[in-house]
Amino acid sequence: MSSNNPRQSIHDSTAPSTDTRDSRIGEGPDDRFNSKLREAFGASPFILTKFDQFMNWVRGNSMFMLQFGIACCSIEMIHTYAIKHDLDRFGAGVPRASPRQADVMIVPGTIVSKFGPRMKRVYDQMPEPKFVVGMGSCTISGGPFQEGYNVVKGAEEIIPVDIHVPGCPPRPEALIYGVAKLQERIRNGESSPVVVKPYELEQFGDLPKDELVQKLASEIDEEDLVMRYNWADSP
Amino acid sequence: MSTGLEKRTTQVEVTEDDLEALLGDRVLGRDDHLNAPGFVIRPDDVQDVLADLRDEAGFDHLSCLTAQQYPDRYESIYHLKKYADPTQEVSVVVPTSTDDPVSQSAEPVFRTADWHEREAFDLVGIDYEGHPDPRRILLPETWQGHPLSDGYDQEKPQIVTLSEHANPIQPDHHDEESDTMFLNIGPHHPATHGVLHVKTVLDGETVVDIDPDIGYLHRCEEQMCQQGTYRHQIMPYPDRWDYVSAGLLNEWAYARAAEDLADIEVPEYAQIIRTMGAELCRIASHMLALGTFALDVYGDFTAVFQYAFRDREVVQDILEDLTGQRLMFNYFRLGGVAWDLPEPRDEFIAKTRDFLDELPAKVDEYNDMITSNEIFQIRCHNTGVLEPEEVKDYGCTGPVARGSGVDYDLRRDDPYGYYENLEWDVVTEDGCDNYARVLVRMQEVEESAKIIEQCLDLLEDWPEDDREVQANVPRTLKPDADTEVYRAVEGAKGELGIYIRSDGTDKPGRFKIRSPCFHNLSALEVMSEGEYIPDLVASLGSLDIVLGEVDR
Repeated sequence: MSSNNPRQSIHDSTAPSTDTRDSRIGEGPDDRFNSKLREAFGASPFILTKFDQFMNWVRGNSMFMLQFGIACCSIEMIHTYAIKHDLDRFGAGVPRASPRQADVMIVPGTIVSKFGPRMKRVYDQMPEPKFVVGMGSCTISGGPFQEGYNVVKGAEEIIPVDIHVPGCPPRPEALIYGVAKLQERIRNGESSPVVVKPYELEQFGDLPKDELVQKLASEIDEEDLVMRYNWADSP
Repeated sequence: MSTGLEKRTTQVEVTEDDLEALLGDRVLGRDDHLNAPGFVIRPDDVQDVLADLRDEAGFDHLSCLTAQQYPDRYESIYHLKKYADPTQEVSVVVPTSTDDPVSQSAEPVFRTADWHEREAFDLVGIDYEGHPDPRRILLPETWQGHPLSDGYDQEKPQIVTLSEHANPIQPDHHDEESDTMFLNIGPHHPATHGVLHVKTVLDGETVVDIDPDIGYLHRCEEQMCQQGTYRHQIMPYPDRWDYVSAGLLNEWAYARAAEDLADIEVPEYAQIIRTMGAELCRIASHMLALGTFALDVYGDFTAVFQYAFRDREVVQDILEDLTGQRLMFNYFRLGGVAWDLPEPRDEFIAKTRDFLDELPAKVDEYNDMITSNEIFQIRCHNTGVLEPEEVKDYGCTGPVARGSGVDYDLRRDDPYGYYENLEWDVVTEDGCDNYARVLVRMQEVEESAKIIEQCLDLLEDWPEDDREVQANVPRTLKPDADTEVYRAVEGAKGELGIYIRSDGTDKPGRFKIRSPCFHNLSALEVMSEGEYIPDLVASLGSLDIVLGEVDR
């Protein structure tokens, strides 16, 4: 048997005609591209898709997570990355320390007033397109600390959140499910609805000059970025 | 069974009469707490009295400072103990008037009063005269009002700045004369174990000055506990202070304080289950400390970190079988635990024993990979040095204190639970450096395993008709008004204390948490100033702080 026919030495079956040499010199229509793969794809040997659909598929399968630990949930988040649960199996497990390299931010924990502006800044530093998974009850509503004087009532007050994973804390399996759901949405090209964000960073000088602002005017520079918490309006 | 636990040093007991004689006419009155005699003194006598108590009577441990507001006065309570014998306690009560709450600072006597008084100012609003650095500590600098004082309106808007978040690359913090550089580490940084912000001033690679900026996870734990009823509503919160699987240890702190307050006796069988569960938590917590420390020091995300988490998974599985939860157990109840060991008991006991049997081989593996690793030794040996005197000055406890040769462990020195009936040792190392602290944690894992082993033996043979898991506790607990108690247990990170004042209702009038991490972190400045910046990261890792507990 010559080396021109390697396949036949492996498989007995020759169907469909994979003998390219024969097909090249044979009569009739040229079917040299016939193959199992072609059978699967139908008439054309090429995959035709839209570029953005392809990009969505790629994005959903290669997500860099932001290494972002806030509170209790971050322990379960580490467990999700680590042995046993191993989020990397799903194409979403490379924690990046810098927000500039991250696609997905898992918000694992309670957000308090002092951390709000910092989280906003970290989110702003992530390149587009970016996605957020809110992990745990605190990122949904403030969770068990909702009544606290210092606790922001959910991450959505500050940044848009694509997927909420409830639990206190959610089990690693739940987080994996949440991330898988996010991947599914990204693959399908579904974008998250634009949410109203009550808490924004603003320059101090742009705030309406109410009593509080006038009181702080000696301490805060006009150009400093600030976040104003209106606790009474919180849910 | 004998305990085999003897403290190396013995101290003469100081009686209340001695203390009264020592303090003389500086005592305005008595305000005794359940745990200790309390002496009321004038606000300008604080330094004097504390210095006398420290130098003459040996009270060298300022365990906690509780600040609170009564309708007619503010009160700061200094809870003093002895490192040599923490059962000897004394409370120094300093009342100040409501319209001008100024009290003398204790900072010159105990360095640890620095952060405590800043916290008391921040949350309650007492001014401390002579304090070197009277700033807010937990809340943002621009916060209005003091949230734990009376009449604080939680609905008021607040403005929080981002100004501290300066770009460290820009030379805007360059001091031209000394040629130093200002560097923000955190609050989002992989080496800070959460949301800690360290303001660092560098001279070349040397750390000249650091200022840990905390409060990025201040989620009002004390307020939450003050809003909950004793019986059931407070217990879920301790799990979330030190959330590194140390839940049962924290729950025990609350359980111990509340049981003393309400005079509840815990059945022996429940104490054994508590002891076993608490030590399992300690193992899980130390494993995490080890894994993240290896990650900090030589970036070992692949081997040691993953191994440590593999072993934590096993512990968490066992704890899940026992409590029903992986992380937030909510398993203790006042007067016992929620339920007995899971059925079938044999299976649970066998599973736990399997883990204990495999543990020595794993510890050997860790020793091979970490403590006998030359790179690790070079990084850790003689870095982050914390002398025993500094340990006491800063109120450090737990593995941090024991790594500096301070032989202090509340499980032995102020016995609770079932520890005094078991055979185990308190681990101390004299290295005072990062290496010693790692060694202490690794050996404590083995000691915990010993304790669990003995508990399992006891539980296995316990007669079936005597398995009482909970004492009979009234549905609504209303301890007598104005009863005050401060009780501490040995948490994973050190002395975790709870102060409760009851006001006659079913909710605490004041609930104060003494967090070990808060004290340990305050010692970071002496450990890292003058050292290289990579050693700062190593020191921070070896302190094993949990920001949930630092900020509460």
